[in-house]
Amino acid sequence: MTDASERTFPLPSEITDVPGAENWASMYPAFTRFRPGDDQRFWFYNSMHFPEPMPAFDAITAEVPYTAIGANTARLFAFPTTLGIEHRIVNGRVYITANPVLDEDEVARRLQEFERRAGHYYENWDDIYTGWKARIDALIREVDDIEVPALPELDDLDAITSARGYAQNHLVRERWHRCIDLFSMMWHHHTELLMLGYGAYVVFFEFCKTAFPEIPDQMVARMVAGIDVIMYRPDEELKKLARLAVELGLDDVFVEDARADAILAQLEARGEAGSQWVKAMDEARDPWFNVSTGDGFYHHHRSWNDDLTVPFSALPRYVRLAKEGDPLLRPTEQLQEERERIVAEYRSLLQTDEDRAAFDQMLGLCRVVFPYVEDHKFYCEHWFTSRWYAKLREFGALLQRFGVVEQADDIFHLQHYEVDQALADVMLAWAAGGSVVSAEHVQAVVADRKQMLATLAEWNPPPALGPVPEALNDPAVKMLWGVTSETIEAWATAANVSGNEIRGYAASPGVVEGTARVLRSVNEIGEVLDGEILVATVTAPSWGPVFGKIRAAVSDIGGTMSHAAIVAREYGMPAVVGTGQATERIRTGQRLRVDGDRGIVTILDGDGR
Amino acid sequence: MSRPGQATELVRRLDQLGTNDRPEVGGKGASLGELIRTGIPVPPGFVVTTRGFLRALETLDPGAELRARIGQLPPDAAAADPTIRPLRDRILGAPLPDDVRDAIVAAYRELGADATPVAVRSSATAEDSAEASFAGLQDTYLWVRGAEDVVEHVRRCWASLYSLEAVSYRRQRGLGEDGLAMAVVVQEMVDARCSGVMFTCSPTTGDPSVIAIESGWGLGSAMVSGEVTPDALVVSKVTGEVVKREIAVKTHWHRMDPSGHGVVSEEVPEDLQARPCLSESQLTALTRLARRVEQHYGCPQDIEWAIPTDAGETDIVLLQSRPETVWANRPAQPVAAPKPRAFDHVLGVLGGQARHRGDDR
Repeated sequence: MTDASERTFPLPSEITDVPGAENWASMYPAFTRFRPGDDQRFWFYNSMHFPEPMPAFDAITAEVPYTAIGANTARLFAFPTTLGIEHRIVNGRVYITANPVLDEDEVARRLQEFERRAGHYYENWDDIYTGWKARIDALIREVDDIEVPALPELDDLDAITSARGYAQNHLVRERWHRCIDLFSMMWHHHTELLMLGYGAYVVFFEFCKTAFPEIPDQMVARMVAGIDVIMYRPDEELKKLARLAVELGLDDVFVEDARADAILAQLEARGEAGSQWVKAMDEARDPWFNVSTGDGFYHHHRSWNDDLTVPFSALPRYVRLAKEGDPLLRPTEQLQEERERIVAEYRSLLQTDEDRAAFDQMLGLCRVVFPYVEDHKFYCEHWFTSRWYAKLREFGALLQRFGVVEQADDIFHLQHYEVDQALADVMLAWAAGGSVVSAEHVQAVVADRKQMLATLAEWNPPPALGPVPEALNDPAVKMLWGVTSETIEAWATAANVSGNEIRGYAASPGVVEGTARVLRSVNEIGEVLDGEILVATVTAPSWGPVFGKIRAAVSDIGGTMSHAAIVAREYGMPAVVGTGQATERIRTGQRLRVDGDRGIVTILDGDGR
Repeated sequence: MSRPGQATELVRRLDQLGTNDRPEVGGKGASLGELIRTGIPVPPGFVVTTRGFLRALETLDPGAELRARIGQLPPDAAAADPTIRPLRDRILGAPLPDDVRDAIVAAYRELGADATPVAVRSSATAEDSAEASFAGLQDTYLWVRGAEDVVEHVRRCWASLYSLEAVSYRRQRGLGEDGLAMAVVVQEMVDARCSGVMFTCSPTTGDPSVIAIESGWGLGSAMVSGEVTPDALVVSKVTGEVVKREIAVKTHWHRMDPSGHGVVSEEVPEDLQARPCLSESQLTALTRLARRVEQHYGCPQDIEWAIPTDAGETDIVLLQSRPETVWANRPAQPVAAPKPRAFDHVLGVLGGQARHRGDDR
């Protein structure tokens, strides 16, 4: 292997503006800009969370998480070898770097604090997690309850009779800020237990890899993974609804390729049975349809609740299966038994009693922390974030009503700091009885940015920038960055890979051949045909139902614990994840071989792009 | 070294043997017998015991005169050929004592029709470190037919003990000639559709949770001779899942010579070359066999197997199992010691274990 330090990636200062999008920097705050000193540091493109150029507002999904995660490791728990993460945006792409602690005395000092602080959390994990869920529930309720001021012609009479003392335009900014603050609080909660949870997993993972050098990553994951994971619930709810449709004699309504609104209209025409089914669905919708079609880092990742396409494209198949007598139940007991059998076998293969004792401890700790690790995504990225974007759209609708923007969603082409100004314009106009002043300016900015985003999407960002550091193998850094010397090696050689092979993580075993269906947006999910191979940038839990149709899954983003990997294993189909480029290189209709044993996707006809 | 005093029979059937018979029938013979005892499919056969060998030498080298001379050769025995040649020639050509000859012929006839094809293979009797005295003597003759030929090839196995290389080897290591003896396994020939080896731990990392399987078309000799790169698979013992799968282009295979005697190397038909040798169900069957054998012996095994052309898809036979030596001989290194509290493991690793105080190993 070549010395990692000899690898060269472009320096941040060498990145030039994409022609046609020279003004990209106007979309983001000044604190996200590369500066000359950054050339001395190693940055990598966070394609896992930010696979597309950032719309101006969506840059908050980098700003806020990094304020929280860095504070968690650097200031709250005092991780000994690492502080927090810095991020920069160039040509719309988010690059990050972690700040290591290199001074040995400082590491020792921080270690003492870390042991006390992290120890407290591990010792009281269950109680803390119970409290955590209550806090997150309260946050979600609060974001739901925020009322965007209606700004009617006259303020409510109640403002007078209760001598409230202020007009409701005051509340526009206050509530907007509350939304932003709640997002920040959610991310602080999100990271509260995350690094410690991953830490337990990393330690068990390293142990297994030492004891069993050839154990697949997925097997370690399988020993740890929970069976009753909240992320499976949305899919379970769909299956329940499918069974109900059969019971109510409504199965003929659910035909493939029918639009959600068409199906709903038909249900309405079916009287009592139809309305009973719709009522059941409405009950399931809160909270279970609050699953994002992405993972909440982009405003255009809509939830099932926003767009019923995903659940309604899955229902016909489930209804058909239910009608054929399939109970549509996950064999949880069987899965549980299988998991315990795997654990027992690996345990018995260990060579010493000491190892078995250490194994028990590490796995035990993983089992304690994993309910949080597995479930927090539903609460945070899906449930909270779906509700939050819905609320922001209400502010967008207010801007639209006053003519500042043309469509409610245009709000997402303004920085959240700029939204303050647009709202101020509305507050002023309502107060003055005049009209908004900034509409022309704002609309021009929005139009310009939409065009720039389209241009930036064509840019191929280098996987990393700057000189490669030596200390890449510190477990904490590895955990935070998800990057190792091997990853960098792979990036550096990625350009040389042969034309028809794409490599990724072997996430779920097996080899199949089939026809590719490339999905860039979940809105296309209805197009997936039985027996195709799904190729997607990332798959979110809300895509679960489509796994019933496909023969294999390939994703650009994700590791062996990613959603695509977990679901593919459960469905027993091959999966290759984290390819970085599958959706770029594969076209719908091409023949593919997916080798989930080795992590290789082969394009069988043609060379790929 | 063998203790000839223990051996009483000149020839013994495989299905009558077990591990304890090793001094008399060699490692290969004993392990085949042991496998049969365990209920594992092994082609039938017999062993010409060390007693058979020594009994033959009583006639071929009366008073052990030639052997004594070999034992006195200097360590640098490069020019020893004139000393060892007479003994080798006699082993190969001089009349055998009737009882030895009759015993071999009778045992062969018991296997079936007169032209039953068999494999004739030397079976070292030494144990553990003394295995060295048999280095390079793992002779195998395939597709041997007829009693005459069988006797002939048994003699070839015996003679290989007195090849220049074998003698030089012993002299250089100061290994004695006294009591040196060899058993020979004669076993019904398997006309293998495909064959290979498997280790019940990873030969490259020692990982005990996997089985490494190598497979090629035809007889296993093509792989042993290094003529073809086999398919290489790593299967999880725990789930049976394939962890690694390298399918090679297998250009050659060893098959029965058209004359019916011996082996010929041929090009594999083109459509077969890049095809995996093993189906999923065959992999499963192999994995199950490997685990059974390992469990029986209680230590990692190195196993030869074959799938006969005229058998069912998963009717696999084993041709040999011996203890894996590379990894088994390494002392078990604990991976981690338990700690007072489970989360101390995390504190250690995330705390930059290598850099701080020495309470961790």
